Order: sequence, then structure tokens, then C-alpha cells
Amino acid sequence: MDQFLQQLINGVSIGSIYALMAVGYSLVYSIMNFSNFAHGGVIMLSAYMGYFAIVLLKVSFGGALLLATLGATLIAVLIERIAYRPLRKRSAPTLYFIISAMGMSILLENLVIATIGPQFKTYPIIFAESTIQLGNLSISKMDIFMLIIAAVALVGLVFFLNKTRTGIAVRAATYNARASQLMGVNVDRIVSIVFALGGALAGIAGVFFGIRYTVYAQAGIITNKAFVAAVFGGLGSLPGAIVGSILLGIIETFVAAWRSQLRDLTTFAILIAVLVFKPTGLMGKNTEDKA
Amino acid sequence: MEYYLQVLTLAGINLMVVLGLGLLTGFTGLFSFGHAGFMCIGAYTSAILTVTLKVPFVVALIASGLVAGAISLLLGRLTLKLKGDYFLIATLGFGESVRLIFDNIEPLGGARGFSGIEKNSNFISVWLVCIIGIFFLIRLMNSRYGRNFKAIREEELASATIGIDVFKTKLLSLFISAIYAGIGGSLYAHYMTFIKPTNFQLIKSTEFTIMAIIGGLGSITGSVIGALLLTVLPELLRFVADWRMVIYGAAVVILIIVRPKGIAGGKEFKDFFFIVWIRRLFNKIFTKEDPGNGGKL
Repeated sequence: MDQFLQQLINGVSIGSIYALMAVGYSLVYSIMNFSNFAHGGVIMLSAYMGYFAIVLLKVSFGGALLLATLGATLIAVLIERIAYRPLRKRSAPTLYFIISAMGMSILLENLVIATIGPQFKTYPIIFAESTIQLGNLSISKMDIFMLIIAAVALVGLVFFLNKTRTGIAVRAATYNARASQLMGVNVDRIVSIVFALGGALAGIAGVFFGIRYTVYAQAGIITNKAFVAAVFGGLGSLPGAIVGSILLGIIETFVAAWRSQLRDLTTFAILIAVLVFKPTGLMGKNTEDKA
Repeated sequence: MEYYLQVLTLAGINLMVVLGLGLLTGFTGLFSFGHAGFMCIGAYTSAILTVTLKVPFVVALIASGLVAGAISLLLGRLTLKLKGDYFLIATLGFGESVRLIFDNIEPLGGARGFSGIEKNSNFISVWLVCIIGIFFLIRLMNSRYGRNFKAIREEELASATIGIDVFKTKLLSLFISAIYAGIGGSLYAHYMTFIKPTNFQLIKSTEFTIMAIIGGLGSITGSVIGALLLTVLPELLRFVADWRMVIYGAAVVILIIVRPKGIAGGKEFKDFFFIVWIRRLFNKIFTKEDPGNGGKL
């Protein structure tokens, strides 16, 4: 039982990092209907930014988190400007966006290899190895901290989307970009905001990811799992992305505890199973195409 | 010389997969990020057949295509009904799953890979297979099936209304496309003599799609140009060392923005301006009647 709870806690903690990433995929999908594969690159870059902020600039952990978040926000917006906006102006087919995203992700990954190098970097230990004992359970302080930050960020996002004027404009644009443009919503600005939001959460996720694992140029590949989580929950749905991520985190942890080499395979098996039985995911919007 | 032949052989292997992908993407309008998976299946099938079962290379080559094709029928049955992006995501999941399954099969070397494969592909055999592949594809595209593929690409609903079985036609396209990828995988295995699951990652599937798109969708000539150009380009850029893949990524983004149709989008070799000029010139010299007015007065 203790073992079970322990794994559950680990699962939720990994799931919360996935959630921060998956929300970025889902937000972009909801407004532009394509899977933004450059998102992994943003997460990877933010892990590096956090690392260098701590090691080179000697800022505190909070400062590094803030710097990485700001940096990732900027990069995400910039990527949209360079790689997607020209396509959007031409209303190019979805696949062109995906190819552009893939090109961008190759560019970012190799830019890091060419400038920083392919070596793995490890974050310095931040909270020592301190854990909290709860009966027989031991929970690391870092995990709790990550969970709290992730929850605050996600609640903040939901609040922003539901309560603020800009948030309502974003939701209107995801519902129908053209009609909201006619109503005077500046869709270009909304798209930038969506990328900024996704980027900010990717920034937090990147730093956490770097702390939990290591920082390396190919980290973007791991973020594919966050994409799977977004599909699992239902592409384009925010609560779906969060629920899907937490579930995937838990499933992954349990599978890894049973047979560690089957972990990644399970993830993609879930992806195919979801697509075959319920392509809209747990709570995705129904995208019946009207001919 | 050796080096150039090597690059061109690799280009030929890539071309085999890109030809198949071109059929699926350029002519039928379905996108796949899982062709490295079919290639992986082909590579392992022919490795097992030649190394373990001592089957001749030619038989293994054909068999690996057929095995990849058979798996594609299974995948297609499950996923071809999906709309829009979801099929693409399913193929992405398929490609990664295949790689991870081979990663876990210990008798085949698991993550360490499968070694000791005989070196049977070379420049001549690879390009011979490619030429057969191109010829078959040209014949296919000029047949009823080819026109059905294009019809579905243009307008799925309308195709269904005029009596094309959309699902079956898509399945056929995926099947043929997977056979090409499987054969490409077999050629790859017998060229490298060593294969491991990480050779067939998502990025490999992406590269094939990028080749097909940069070359130009809906054109066999485009597939050839794309596979040749994007295999040779990183080699030409070797002098910039680590920056070459940065340039490659940037080139993809720029090309898709500036020239989304690709280099030969929708056009075949015979439609290129200089060929058209030569043909016109040829007609002027060798035919008495002006072909412009169809021979009437």
C-alpha cells in the first residue's frame, strides 16, 4: 500500500510537469488546429536558460525560474512570428505548419549542439536531498514545490482565460477565429498571446524537467510524451490536457515500476489506442469535418 | 569517387521510401510521420531472413516489402477512418511503437542492434530497384487507381459520390507506400550491415516527409529531386560541421514559407519549361503541320 501511494505521488509529480507542457500543445491546437512540434524545442531551451542562470549568473532558483519563463515566452512568440505567421497569412494547409514546426525544432536542437555542445548538463542541487516523511512515505521537497508551482500556474492560466477580457477574446478566437475577427478581435495579437502563454508554461516545465532529469539538446524528444498526453486528454481541450497528463504520469510511473523498459512503449500504445477508440480523447472537442 | 557513390546510394535508399511516401502524401493526400516504422519492419525482416534463415537477398527484399505492406493493412484498417490530423498523429504513434517494440525484443539484439548482415546493396542494385520503383509508380499513376488516388486527394466527398470506395483506395495507397518503405528498409539494412532501432526514430520519418514536400508534392520527379537534394545537401555542408543541421532546419522553414509547392510541385519532368521548349522545337522541325491549330486549316 505504501509502495502504491509512493508511486502515485511520483506519478502525479511527473504528470504535473507533463501538464505544463501539454497545455502549450493544446492551446496552440485549439486556435490554429495544428500540432506545434517546435514546442519541445522551447522547453529544451528554457531548461538551458534556467541552468545557465543558476550556474553562470548565480541567481537564486526563483530568479532562474523567472528568467527561463520570460526567455521561453519570448522565444515562443518569436517562433510564431518567423515560422507560422507567414503561413497563416496565406491560410496554408495544416501540414505546412507542421513541417515548419519540424524544421524549427531541428533548427533549435542543432543550434544548441552547435553553440553549447552535445554534453549533458546537470542542475546543481537546490533543496539538498531533503524529504518530508509522512508515515512510511517519503516525498521530496522538490516534488512538492514543483507540484505547487505547476498548480498555481495552471490555475492562473484557467483564471486568465475565463475571467479577463483578453482571455475571453482568446476563447472566442479558438471557437471561431474568423467570426471573432469580424467582432473586432485582433487575431494576430491573440495568436501571439496564446504562444506567449504556452511559452511561459513551457519555461516553467523546462526548468523542472532539467532539475528532475538532465539538460541536453535532444530533450525535445521527451516532450513528445506531453504531446501524447494532450491527445490522450483531447487535443484543444485545456482540462483534457491537464487530466491526460496526470493520468499519463501515473500510468507511466506504475509501468516503469513493473517493467521499466516498457514505459515508452506503453505511452505510444496509449496514443494509438486513444486514436482508435476515441480520437477526440477524454474531453476533446468534436471535430466533425463539414464538407 | 567511393564517397560520392556512398552518398548517392544513401540517396537512392531514401528515394525508395520517399517515392512511397510521395504516393501517400502527394497523390492521395494522407500524411504520415510513421514511415521510418515501415522501414524498420522491412530492415529487420530482411535481416532475419538473410542472416538467420539464409534466404537469398532478392527474396528477402521482396518479402520485407510484403511484410511492411501487411502491417500497413492492419494499421490502415484501424486508423484510416480518422479525420484530418488524427491519422498523422496515429502514424506518429505507430512509428515510435515499432521502434520501441524492436527495442524490447532481446533475441534481435534489442537496443544494441542487429549486426552481421551481409552487404548486398550497392549503388547499382539500389538504383536498379529505384528505377523499377519509379517505373511502376508512373504506370500506377496513369492507371485508374492513380486517378482514384488523385480524386480522393482533391475532394473526398465528391470521389465517394462518383463511386470510388474511399476507404479501400486509401488502404491501397498506404499498402503500396509501405511496401516501398519496407524495401527501402531492406536496402538500408543490407547497405549498413548493422541496424538498430534508434536508426528509425521519429526524426527519420520527418526527414522523409520533408524530402517529399521540398521536392514537390504530387510529382514523382519531385520525390526524386527531394531525396537527392536533401541527402546531398547535408553532405555538401559538412565543412560547417555542427552548423549544417541548423542550416538544414532553417532551409526547411524558409522553403515552406517561400515556396510551399516544393521544387517541382505537381509537375513532372516532362512539364518543365526547358523540356517543353525542346519538345516544341522538335515538333516545329519534324512535323509539317503546325501543332498549334491541331492540323486544321
